[in-house]
Amino acid sequence: MSSDLDVFVGNTTLIDEEVYRLWLDGHSVAEAVARRLRGGLLEREATSVAVLQSDTRDHYRTFQMLERLLHAPPRLLQQLLFQIPPERQALLVQRYYAFDEALARELLGKKLSKGTKKELDEVSARTGVGIRSCRRQFDNFKRVFKAVEELRGPLAENIQQLFLLPPSLARDYAAIVFFANSRFETGKRRLQFLSFGDFAACAQSMMAHWSQGALAPEAAEPDGDLPKSFLQDLKELKVLVTDKDLLDQHKSLVCSALRGKISVYNELEANFKALSRALVNVGGKLTHARDVRDFFVDLVEKVIEPCRSDKWSPGDLRLFLQHYTAAPRNLPGFRHQALWERYMAAISACLLRMFHD
Amino acid sequence: MPGKLKVKIVAGRHLPVMDRASDLTDAFVEVKFGNTTFKTDVYPKSLNPQWNSEWFKFEVDDEELQDEPLQITVLDHDTYSANDAIGKVYIDIDPLLYSEAATVISGWFPIYDTIHGIRGEINVVVKVDLFNDLNRFRQSSCGVKFFCTTSIPKCYRAVVIHGFVEELVVNEDPEYQWIDRIRTPRASNEARQRLISLMSGELQRKIGLKVLEMRGNAVVGYLQCFDLEGESGLVVRAIGTACTLDKLSNTSAFLPACNSPSKEMKEIPFNEDPNPNTYSSGPSTPLKNQTYSFSPSKSYSRQSSSSDTDLSLTPKTAPSPQGPRIFLFPSSPTLSCDSPHLKKSCLLLSGSSIKPLHSSHVSPVVLRKSVSFTEELLLAASGMGSGSAGKEGGPFKTLLRQQTQSALEQREFPFFTLTTFPPGFLVHVGGVVSARSVKLLDRIHNPAFVGIMGNTRSYKLLDWNSFNSDEPETRDAWWAEIRQEIKSHAKALGCHAVVGYSESTSICEEVCILSASGTAAVLNPRFLQDGTMEGCLEQRLSWQPGFFSIGSEKGEVDFFPQSQDSSSLLGIEEASPPGCGFCHIPYDELNMPFPAHLTYCYNCRKQKVPDVLFTTIDLPVEAIVVGKGCLIQARLCRLKKKAQAEANATSISNLLPFMEYEVHTQLMNKLKLRGMNALFGLRIQITVGENMLMGLASATGVYLAALPTPGGIQIAGKTPNDGTYEQHISHMQKKINDTIAKNKELYEINPPELPEEIIGSPIPEPRQRSRLLRSQSESSDEVTELDLSHGKKDAFVLEIDDTDAMEDVHSLLTDVPPPSGFYSCNTEIMPGINNWTPEIQMFTAVRVSRLSNINPTNQTLNKNFNDLCENLLKSLYFKLRSMVPCCLCHVNFTVALPEDELVQIAVTAVAITYDKNQALQANKAPTEKSQQRASTDNEEQLQFPLELCSDPLSSQPFSPAKEVLEGASSHTGIPAAQRATSLEKASPLAEGYLRHRSVPSGTNSTVSVVKMTPLSFLPGAKITKYLGIINMFFIRETTSLREEGGVSGFLHAFIAEVFAMVRAHVAALGGNAVVSYIMKQCVFMENPNKNQAQCLINVSGDAVVFVRESELEVLPPQPAAAAQPTGAAGDVTT
Repeated sequence: MSSDLDVFVGNTTLIDEEVYRLWLDGHSVAEAVARRLRGGLLEREATSVAVLQSDTRDHYRTFQMLERLLHAPPRLLQQLLFQIPPERQALLVQRYYAFDEALARELLGKKLSKGTKKELDEVSARTGVGIRSCRRQFDNFKRVFKAVEELRGPLAENIQQLFLLPPSLARDYAAIVFFANSRFETGKRRLQFLSFGDFAACAQSMMAHWSQGALAPEAAEPDGDLPKSFLQDLKELKVLVTDKDLLDQHKSLVCSALRGKISVYNELEANFKALSRALVNVGGKLTHARDVRDFFVDLVEKVIEPCRSDKWSPGDLRLFLQHYTAAPRNLPGFRHQALWERYMAAISACLLRMFHD
Repeated sequence: MPGKLKVKIVAGRHLPVMDRASDLTDAFVEVKFGNTTFKTDVYPKSLNPQWNSEWFKFEVDDEELQDEPLQITVLDHDTYSANDAIGKVYIDIDPLLYSEAATVISGWFPIYDTIHGIRGEINVVVKVDLFNDLNRFRQSSCGVKFFCTTSIPKCYRAVVIHGFVEELVVNEDPEYQWIDRIRTPRASNEARQRLISLMSGELQRKIGLKVLEMRGNAVVGYLQCFDLEGESGLVVRAIGTACTLDKLSNTSAFLPACNSPSKEMKEIPFNEDPNPNTYSSGPSTPLKNQTYSFSPSKSYSRQSSSSDTDLSLTPKTAPSPQGPRIFLFPSSPTLSCDSPHLKKSCLLLSGSSIKPLHSSHVSPVVLRKSVSFTEELLLAASGMGSGSAGKEGGPFKTLLRQQTQSALEQREFPFFTLTTFPPGFLVHVGGVVSARSVKLLDRIHNPAFVGIMGNTRSYKLLDWNSFNSDEPETRDAWWAEIRQEIKSHAKALGCHAVVGYSESTSICEEVCILSASGTAAVLNPRFLQDGTMEGCLEQRLSWQPGFFSIGSEKGEVDFFPQSQDSSSLLGIEEASPPGCGFCHIPYDELNMPFPAHLTYCYNCRKQKVPDVLFTTIDLPVEAIVVGKGCLIQARLCRLKKKAQAEANATSISNLLPFMEYEVHTQLMNKLKLRGMNALFGLRIQITVGENMLMGLASATGVYLAALPTPGGIQIAGKTPNDGTYEQHISHMQKKINDTIAKNKELYEINPPELPEEIIGSPIPEPRQRSRLLRSQSESSDEVTELDLSHGKKDAFVLEIDDTDAMEDVHSLLTDVPPPSGFYSCNTEIMPGINNWTPEIQMFTAVRVSRLSNINPTNQTLNKNFNDLCENLLKSLYFKLRSMVPCCLCHVNFTVALPEDELVQIAVTAVAITYDKNQALQANKAPTEKSQQRASTDNEEQLQFPLELCSDPLSSQPFSPAKEVLEGASSHTGIPAAQRATSLEKASPLAEGYLRHRSVPSGTNSTVSVVKMTPLSFLPGAKITKYLGIINMFFIRETTSLREEGGVSGFLHAFIAEVFAMVRAHVAALGGNAVVSYIMKQCVFMENPNKNQAQCLINVSGDAVVFVRESELEVLPPQPAAAAQPTGAAGDVTT
């Protein structure tokens, strides 16, 4: 006797967290049942496989119906179809939008297009995240991206409002949107040592220091785009490396301040000019979309790797960046101190975050 | 023009995209009531339109207000083609028609489409200005309150319980009309929804009229059902119990609401009273001596079905001379024997308890309606009598009672749809009475009729009935037959009333099984103020002079009618211990209607009790129970040959007796297997399919302390010489014994080792003894006899003579007890658990299974069916495991056989959590407590003789209806009055507080939580207001079944949608819960080949406002919040 139709509907919608997780991970009903069986549920509850199947199917149907609402979480709060206590609603949304960092890392800086979606098979194989789950997460990224693309104001806050995400998760999404928007290259081999968290932190400092919103919250441009005028202005900083006097003075200021304080003083003295050129030029190139892509590659190639080969410690780098950033204040004829500090604040934060093995 | 309906369309949200090009919608709204339609402006290009319309005003009479639903259609404007309908909202405005219910309907309603389901929401505000209409010939019954709850609603007090009301209306089913061939299924389903909405409105109005005629103001236990008879039409029928209710908390506040129709209603009786003085003229004067015909005068009966208000009061109709005479208020009680009802019941009762097939054409010539005519007259008259009795108290109360007794004995159907009663109402319970009858549905002989698809007014069913008058009469007559049978069964049990009464049908093709069941009972006459029951009681006594409820004998009976004040009767009745009194047999010991082992009551040892007791009611609050209860089901399948028409009906009716017998045996065995001795809430459902019949009986088993300990089950083999067989038998026997032992442990059934505890209990109070000197001596004999019978208690013997019996025994043992932490019952409350915590989860589960056997036999089918039910229960336990410890209450199974090999089971129940720690302690408490109550409460019971409130706790403080019985007692005293006033104060505060709180949640646009429960109460909460009945009917269809997730996906979504719509309506009424929720119908049909499916669901319940008890306690220090309770609600919600 087979059950053709088998439903259970509660006035308060039942949510089983374990089944929700299995569903989010993209398991089929059969797989989910198998996993629940492995979890020893059968013995604990003294029930039968048929019951477990029926239960799993019920939950899956509920989740499928809920999915439409989860795409616009504020609707989940307003809808009348499912009566779900607020804390459960929050849990549903949070879990739905939670993502695998490995997957996000793979997708950082890629265009969230159909083409990318087609490549998800490989990504899935590389990251070990189920393909269905990959697609769902990709769709989440894309949905969030589309929703906030045109919005003004701080990205993270916009995301938090539109998708009712907890602040930390909203910040991560902001980073994803930021990367997708600016299309930074993150896939190169020499960048592989960087985790999603590293990039997200970088994105957050860049937005915090560089974006329009950082200066004027009611800015006209969306937060995900770096303000053009700012990028344009960064060219002015080149004077620090093109003007030989300035470069020399800068070097002497920094070196005198750091003498005896860092372990790699000699290496610093030897490499200062190269480092300074790299640091300034990275910013100067940001006006060209093509060069923007290389931002992280440049930082790693021209700053992090040389430092690492010279065995800098993170403390050394921090001290150096501090003084390197502060020194131009005392440079005669350098008029861009505010711009410089704004620029270097994000660069320093990024470098410090990225400086690890 | 007695009413003005005002509607405002505020806004919409989350509308579907109707224009693919722009991904937007140009929405506007049509608001229709009766014949009038208004439209809002088109709100272009938005999925969240803000119409903010003017107030649309409909000026209508109140009859229309009652019948018609408000119909709101949301459409997408299209310049070039026809406007597309997005969906509809039907709003029943009935709750706005009574003064105490909702004042405004305002909120977000899901926009529903039969194909697409819910498509966005619309915010609507509805108000009604009702003008007073004192026209006594009016057709409307505005102001009569309806409750699905089968007990006296929590915040009301019953002044009088009048009795049974019923009505049915018939129409052609739009789905089976010729026009259905050319219109879309969607149009047809919408027509059906609209029609049923209209028919239920009309039905409710007609029932309301009957209630007004009986001088009542409310219907309790209202149950409305649809019979989808297919080709032969659509029957909407309803039954209920008419009552006069008084609001408890603010009786005084109730009166100032002057324009309330309910007040007006109260006055009418006295105005209309033809000559009230006759009543005082003494017993020897027959008040009226009218003659009525029982000859089948069709014209007359049609008139009565069209419910003329003046029907019962103006005897202008049918003064035809032949036929038996009926005297109203006959002075001599002997007349009751001549009553045509008795004759009729003889006619109808065919001796056996199972009714053979009635021929497809109505056999008894007696027309039901003409009978009910006299009944109405009687009731009306007695209602007046009660009025005067209540006013004057005095000596003619007795007089009137004597007068009315025999007349009311003739009351057509002394039935009560209630299942829970005020303490003391139920005197004795006889047992379950049921009747079934198989009918053939006839085609409607009027193919020319097409009126339905025209404009709405052509829905007026009365017009239609008038030229198709056979139809409702047939159905009426069918039900009348069944009810007569029930009544005579009850009589055979020595009972004058039937409580917990319900009716149901099962239809397959053209065959229909009508079923009715209830519990025969003897009621306490004082609760039927007009003396209705007293007469019957005495009637009973005079039949059986040797037996009286307290064991007194004939002398006392004789003494009775002469006693000046019947309160002496009351006193005696009351003296029977409340914890066991209802178990005492009402029938004659020497002349028992069925074989039963009688013993003396284990509680009071005064009266005889049966060894088991089956009832359809809830466990009385005062009952003394040992241990916990459990859900017991009997499940049965019977194959039947496919046949046509008459042959089919015959074979079905031949099978029915066997099914009834088997179901009964199964129940009995399972009851014994659990070591219990009584069933409550018994509901036997027999479902007819093409090639089989299914029987499913559900009940809650308990161990009543008053009844004897059940003996075990003993297996006896027929072939004693076979050694292995013997061994097998003994093995089985051991298993059974083990199961019984295990169950006793599980349900904590350890009845007190008799004598000391109970004998030592203070139950036989001195007062009782002094009154019943004679029975005292008897009772001493009884004690000895009792012990003997206890010793020789014999086991129930199961004979195993063939494999079938073997199977039966096996199947007995397959019932798996619920996992630990779970209990289940199908009654309101779980016997033995009384420490509920507020968490509840109401749910509906539906399963359809295919019986895949190629050559099914009864055994395999039984097994399949059994497994299906057991698995379903198992899966419920698993689903709800996070709520443990909890109890599934009001578990309601419904079986349908939609197709050849398909079985559909729908379950609705509520899981309630309870506090385990307290539960452990409370094990013994109930017994002790109730025994204690029995002793201490005795005084108090005397103090509050007329208290009918169903809530025993809150009932105590209120003084018993001063206006009803002033001379009731000097004991009532000051403390009670004081307490009463303090509570009167508290309750309005509660409402105000609640409203105050609910306001912010409304403006925040977060959805307010609406609880749903099939029970009449919410644990840990107090219901402060009843907002009106919710009665909704939905059809959903799909032509893309696979895309919607198959049958399960389709139905899952639909049930969720139904819940959502119920919640939205309740929230819009200002409520936060639905109690007594029931899914009365769930008809699912599929055609997987065409990728299509369709489902009809009918639900009902009472919308209420509740306040958490914890919040109530906080209330008093917050008078500011409640400062303007009434003003605030209306203003803020608009």
